[in-house]
Formats: sequence, structure tokens, C-alpha cells
Amino acid sequence: MNRTLADLRPNEAGCIRSILGADGLSQRLAEMGFTLGQIVRVVRFAPLGDPMQIRIRGFNVALRRNEARRIVLDPL
Amino acid sequence: MAAASSPAPSPLSASAPVSRPAADRRYVVAVVGNPNTGKTTLFNALTGLTQHTGNYPGVTVESAIGEFTADGDHFLAVDLPGTYSLAPRAPDELIAVKVLLGLGEGVHAPDVVLCVLDATNLDRNLYLLTQILDTGRPVVVALTMTDLAHKQDIVIDIPGLEKRLGVPVVPVQANRRVGLPALRQALRYAARNAHEPGRPVRFPAVFDHEVDTLTQSLCDTNAHPSFPRFLLERLLIDAGGSIEAELTQQLGAEIRTQTEAARARLAAVGAPVPQVEVDSRYHWITQVVETTVQQPLTTSQTWTDRIDKMVTHKVWGLTVFLVTMAVTFQSIFSWAAPVMDGIDGLFKALGTRVGDLLPAGPLRSLVVDGLIGGVGAVVVFVPQIATLFGLIAILEDSGYMARAAFLMDRVMASFGLSGRSFIPLLSSFACAVPGIMSTRSIDNRRDRIATILIAPLMSCSARLPVYVLLISAFIPARTVWGIVGLQGLTLFAMYLIGLVIAPPIAFALKRTILRGEPVPFLLELPPFKVPAWRVVLFRMYDRSWAFLRRAGTIILATTVLVWVLSYYPNQNRVAQEFQARRATAAEEERERLNSEEAGARLRESFLGQAGRTIEPLVRPLGWDWKIGMATVASFPAREVIIAALGTIYNLGSDQNEGSVELRAAMQAERWPDGRPVYTPVVALSIMVFFALCCQCGATLATIKRETGSWGYAVFTFTYMTSLAYLGALAVYQIGSHLV
Repeated sequence: MNRTLADLRPNEAGCIRSILGADGLSQRLAEMGFTLGQIVRVVRFAPLGDPMQIRIRGFNVALRRNEARRIVLDPL
Repeated sequence: MAAASSPAPSPLSASAPVSRPAADRRYVVAVVGNPNTGKTTLFNALTGLTQHTGNYPGVTVESAIGEFTADGDHFLAVDLPGTYSLAPRAPDELIAVKVLLGLGEGVHAPDVVLCVLDATNLDRNLYLLTQILDTGRPVVVALTMTDLAHKQDIVIDIPGLEKRLGVPVVPVQANRRVGLPALRQALRYAARNAHEPGRPVRFPAVFDHEVDTLTQSLCDTNAHPSFPRFLLERLLIDAGGSIEAELTQQLGAEIRTQTEAARARLAAVGAPVPQVEVDSRYHWITQVVETTVQQPLTTSQTWTDRIDKMVTHKVWGLTVFLVTMAVTFQSIFSWAAPVMDGIDGLFKALGTRVGDLLPAGPLRSLVVDGLIGGVGAVVVFVPQIATLFGLIAILEDSGYMARAAFLMDRVMASFGLSGRSFIPLLSSFACAVPGIMSTRSIDNRRDRIATILIAPLMSCSARLPVYVLLISAFIPARTVWGIVGLQGLTLFAMYLIGLVIAPPIAFALKRTILRGEPVPFLLELPPFKVPAWRVVLFRMYDRSWAFLRRAGTIILATTVLVWVLSYYPNQNRVAQEFQARRATAAEEERERLNSEEAGARLRESFLGQAGRTIEPLVRPLGWDWKIGMATVASFPAREVIIAALGTIYNLGSDQNEGSVELRAAMQAERWPDGRPVYTPVVALSIMVFFALCCQCGATLATIKRETGSWGYAVFTFTYMTSLAYLGALAVYQIGSHLV
């Protein structure tokens, strides 16, 4: 089964294998540097469980689990 | 007659070729960059006190504009909204693209583009730069956050970077004003030479071929040879984007069919859009960064990480959030109070001085109570508005606002919005107009409109004068539960009303007229920093000034109108009747008759006649016709009610006594049977009405402008006015049964 960004726990990281879908969100993610092979790390989940804070290319972004599910990872 | 006509000017075709600026013209500099790059701080440092809110020439969207000179050349700088990419999806981004390409009638492409790059995030920032280079405008790069990069042991080879990019790169520290002279020189040189930069990023040949084909077919079928290549690339890449929508509307559905066929061909040969663009650009960026930037392999924990740990903590994070919000609202009152007292004193003194110069009578009442008192009652709130905007600017500029959005997203999601809507809604507590304008950063149109429609429910600073007047006059200054003041509690409740009503409204909107797929949430959490005081001060100054202009125009005009309507027609009949009665009355009776005459005159005035017509409508709310008319007069701007009530009560009282203090006049106001007009329940009913009603012409005009249709403005007005009426009705009917 494919592991996605939403399956990681805080402080776990993975390497982007693919981003599912071809809509505005996948384009925006790619533009922000979510390119194949990049390492993403989950920093934490928001107090109410969603969204999650993740780190990529040295900066932090917030996104919801729903979106994170579209980022398929390879183990490091 | 020849059948061939020249095509109508289209919003997406390029305007006349950019001419070399004449000696008397200013060069236009567009400032672009990712969000959170210190772009606004740099803009402030460059333009200083010349900065104001205005429009980019030809584009009717407000942005910050300022001027500066470099060696005798004049520059007009325009701060474009922060964006990660020129692939336009949000309205913000479409504006940026149109400005950079000089698209649309009267839009002059900038003479030079100042691209702001964050040195600590160079790879992601370079993505936008490569797109800007593709537009063909002369570019100068300002490298910000160099001190932070130094701290993180990031070393950038600037000459090497300049060589790879083909444009000048100037390191700056805007907050310490380091590098600004060099930046001005570079901008001057670039603007004067108008050198078109190269396109460093190469797309695969198949992609270039498809763009050529598209260009050719557009040339053949339309008389539009002037579409910039960058625009057609965007058309091809951004499926479902703003350019596709606009070109389809302009040229017909055929263009979409062609584009879709081209996309399918690209996908078949392994270069699908949008992947092909991202891959090409990041491929090049990776090479550049590898050769020009040295980064440490492991990043140490930064201050931002430590602060983040606390402000997003399950317990501490929510505590900090609630305390921040409480302190924000508390400080509006406590910090602003001394200045407000000062302004209040000034206006009172002015009123007394002017009052002494004028003969007693209605004119004195207009000038002293209507104009000086009414406008003064509004100007008094400038310190609070400045404080609120200053605090919001501090929360934004420090980076905390993004954390607040992170914390609140789950809550916002439960009624169909996202954390992105949090910032516009919080700003709307100061004023809905900038709040609505800040929804431009929400890229989903349905989310954006839902946010716009509920933003005016947030209790804006213009409601505050109304609350303060009514609470101080009619809510007893008692303490409840031992610690909380009843007056403060009432004020808090007024702020809460909008907050409680807005979520179900948003939920209902997203389930009905704004129904659609759930919207993704993607928000950068920038590093924390000390807010730039220039940014904060400018925001305070700019917004206070906008508020003052409002007081000087719409509020002043409405006040005069209310006075005229309550003074005319001149009623000889009433005057004669009372003349006759006074003649036969005893000395002690005359005083009472004077006051009775004033009341009778007011009742017979235009305002009085209209008031008695609408009285049946407002009686169920517990109001008399005077409150009703003052409320009607406040529809252009809600603060007007204070000046309107002042004028009405003064004209309705014995003028020989001079002007009366508004609060005292309201407390003394009686029904014919002697009961006081204003009870705490009536005061609450008025406040609830004002809390929920959309009495603001500026807000409605902004909604129209930002949504592009009067429909949403009319909808907002209708639903809020209905809510306000029902709310006030419920408060009075239930309240008067309980008390």
C-alpha cells in the first residue's frame, strides 16, 4: 500500500514519489517546491487534529490531511 | 464600405508598444515577490513617506504606491500582491500577470520589475523569478533576509548568481536601510537601458512547438497577432486557470478545444502540463542553487521553531491565541482612552467657542451639535481605529496571524471555510472594507465570496461609537458575578453577536448558492520576526486617514441633510398657534410652551412626517419615530446616528436653553404618557440592530467591486437588514416580557 504524507507521525519524513491529481492544488504544491524526490517532514498537527504543519526545502507550510493524502511518499 | 474592421480592444491583448519614457515622465517599478519575503518592508524603505494607497495606472485595484528618485530620475513604485507563481488562479495573481505584461487598455507595463527574493528560501523564490524573466521586462533582484541567511550559515555567491540569472542582484537589509542606494542605482540603470533579460529556463522542444502552433493558429483565425508568448504558454499550462477562462470568453470555445488537444499531445509524449513547466524550472533552479549557494546539511533549531512549539501547542497554543485576542480588544479600549479624551475635550472646547459666536437657534445647533458634535463624535474613534489596525499589522507582520489561521482552520472548516478566511474576518473587526479587500488572497472564488458576505457581520470600529453611547447612557454600571462590569459585558456581547451569527450563515451559503467541491488549504507559516515599525505605522496612518475622510464627507453630508429635513418646512402655522397661546399664558407657562413648540415643529418637519410614516414599522422594536429616522439616516454610514440624534433632540428641545448634551437628552426623552423612551431593553434592541445591519455604503461598494456584481452587494444588504430587524424585534419582545 502506498504511504502518503497524511500517514506520517510528527517528526517522520519521506521522499515525494508522486502527487496525485492534476488540478490547481497539485500545480500549486509543485510550484512551492513539492517536486519529486524532495524530502518532506511532518512537524506537528494543529491542536484540533487538522491541519498539519510540514517542512520542505527549509520552510514550513500548513495543509490539511485531505490534501496530504495526495502526496505519495517513498521511505527515506 | 469595407467589411474588415479592426478588432475591438481586448482586455488581454497588449497595449501599444512601450515607448521610451520622456524626460518628464516617471519610470514605473513593479515590486513583486513571494509572500513573507520582506517585500513590504523593502517597499516602505524605498518610498518612505510618499507611500499611499492607490491604483496601478489603468488597473482599478488598490495597492500601495510610492515614489523615489535616483540621481534625478523619478520613479513610481507599485507594490504588487505577494505570489508564489505567475500561474494565475487567485484574482491577485491575474492582476500581477496583467500588469507585468501591460495587458488591458491604458495599462502601461512597468519599466522595470523589482523582484524580491528571500535569501533563506532561494530555490522556491527563484521559481517566480524565472517566470518574471520570461515576461521580457527588465528585472532587478533584491535579495532580502541576508542577515537571517548568515545566521543559518547560508552563503550565497552573488556575482555567480548574477551571472546565472543575467540580471543585477542587490543584497539589502531593508529594516536597517542597508543596500538601498545600490538598489536605486541598479533600478535606474535597468530602467534607462530597458534591457530585455534572456529566458534562462528551456522548455522541452515539444512544448515550444505546441506554443508556436497555438500562436500561428491564433494569428490565422483572429486579428490578434499581439498576444505575448508568455500569455500563450500560461494558457497551455494552466488548465482551468484564469487566462484560459478569459481567453475562452474573448475568443470563443474553439481556443479551449485547441488548447486541450495540445495538452493531450504533450501528455502523450511524456511532457504533461503543468508538470512540464515545474520540472523545467526546478531543474534549472537546482543547477543554479548547487553552484551558487552553500547550505549547511543539517539545520539547527531556530527561534521560529521554539516559538512555534509554544504557539501551536495543544494547551499553550490555544491559551496564547485566546489571550492575544483578548489583549487586542482590551487594548483598543484602555490604550486609546487617554487620546480619545483629549480629542473629545478639543471638540467640546471648539463647540463652546463657536457656539458663543453664533446666535442661539437652529443654526447654532447645526454647527455645534450636528457638525462639530457629530463629526467630533466620529473623529474621537480615530485612536481606537489606529490601535486596532496597528495591532492587526503587528500580528500579521510578526508571522503570528498565519499561526492563528493554522489553529483556527479546523473550526473554520466545520462551517465550510478555511483558515485563510480567518485573517480577513479578523481585519473586519477594524473595518469591513480592508477586510473584504484582503480576501483577494483566497484563491477559491466560492470561499472568497462566502468570506466577503459574512465579513460585514464582524463588529467593525464604526459600530463602537453607537455601543459606547448607548451602553454608557442606559446600561447600569453594575458588577456581575463579582468581577465583570455589566457595561463591559454588554459590549463584549455585542462583539460576540456577529461572531455567533456568521458561522451558520457561511455554512448555509456554502450549502446553497456557493455549493461545490471542498477547497484545499495551503498556507505558508513564515519565520517569526520583529514587526517592521514602518509597516505598522503606515497601516495605522493610512487607515485612520481613510476613516477621517469618511467623517469629513459622507458623515458630514448626511448630518447636514438630517438637519435640513428636520428644520424645514418652515411652519408658520405652528409658530402662529404657539404665538397665540403664549400671549394668553402665564409667565411660568411660557417656558413649557417654548419647548412644546419645538417638539411640534419637529413633528411637522419633513423628517417628522417621514418618521411618523415609518413608526408602525419600528414600534415593535420598541423605538419611537426619532430613533427610527436616525437609524434610516445611518444607512450610508452607521456612525451618522450619533450626529442625527444630536440634531433631532436639539431641534426638538427649547433652543433658548442652548444645546443639550446628547446622553442627557436621550435619558430625558419621554413618550407622551411620560414613560422614558430609552430603557435598557430599547438600548439593547438598537445595539443589536446596529450589530447585524449592513449600514455602510463603502462596504456595499467594495463588495460590488470585489465580486464584480451588484447582486452580492444587494444580497448582503438584504440578508443583514432582515437579520437586524428580526434580531432587534426578538430582543425587545422577549426583553420587555422578562423585565
